[in-house]
Amino acid sequence: MIETIRFWAIVVLLGFGVLFTLVSTVGVIRLPDIYARAHTASQTDTLGAGFALAGVALAFGWQHAAVYTVLLLFFVFITNPTAAHAIARSAAETGVEPVLADEGAETDETETATETDGEP
Amino acid sequence: MTPVPLEDVFLAAAALFVVLAIAMFYRAIVGPTTQDRLLAVNVLGTNTVVILALLAAGLDQAWFLDVALIYALLNFLMSIAISKFTVERGDVL
Repeated sequence: MIETIRFWAIVVLLGFGVLFTLVSTVGVIRLPDIYARAHTASQTDTLGAGFALAGVALAFGWQHAAVYTVLLLFFVFITNPTAAHAIARSAAETGVEPVLADEGAETDETETATETDGEP
Repeated sequence: MTPVPLEDVFLAAAALFVVLAIAMFYRAIVGPTTQDRLLAVNVLGTNTVVILALLAAGLDQAWFLDVALIYALLNFLMSIAISKFTVERGDVL
């Protein structure tokens, strides 16, 4: 009974880990600029890796490998948002301009305007 | 009883993480700025750490966790060093 509960808890934790990593992979590939990508990349580092490593720690049980895994989880939790912040700040200091929503709307309007101009 | 062995669950999750890490190579290759590539490599490194931990549980080789710990440390140092390296005399932290 307790083994079945542990099994399904591990399956749910690993499923959430894969789900959050999938979301942030789609985000890093599809979002428009470095700042939005840094936001979604730090999401995979905290939630995706966090859930997956929690599943691993639960599978090891009371051994010192579980302590290693919790240490690894703690380390990943602290360092990866810091790294994403450093990357975004270095992008800001080297002059990468963020893509604003207003600019995107304007280009859409001009595109549709040129299309309606071109049609007649 | 459990429908499949627990080791197979870990190996399947590791395979899914490998697929997502390969998809992340797209941003590392086409990323327009250096920081885009660096961010993609950073996320790839985190995925590698998770894959190593999943393999440690799936193959029952606990020493993989040592490799994962060192890999996480080097990954963090690489991100900080390169992002500091791209800024001229700036502090990024």
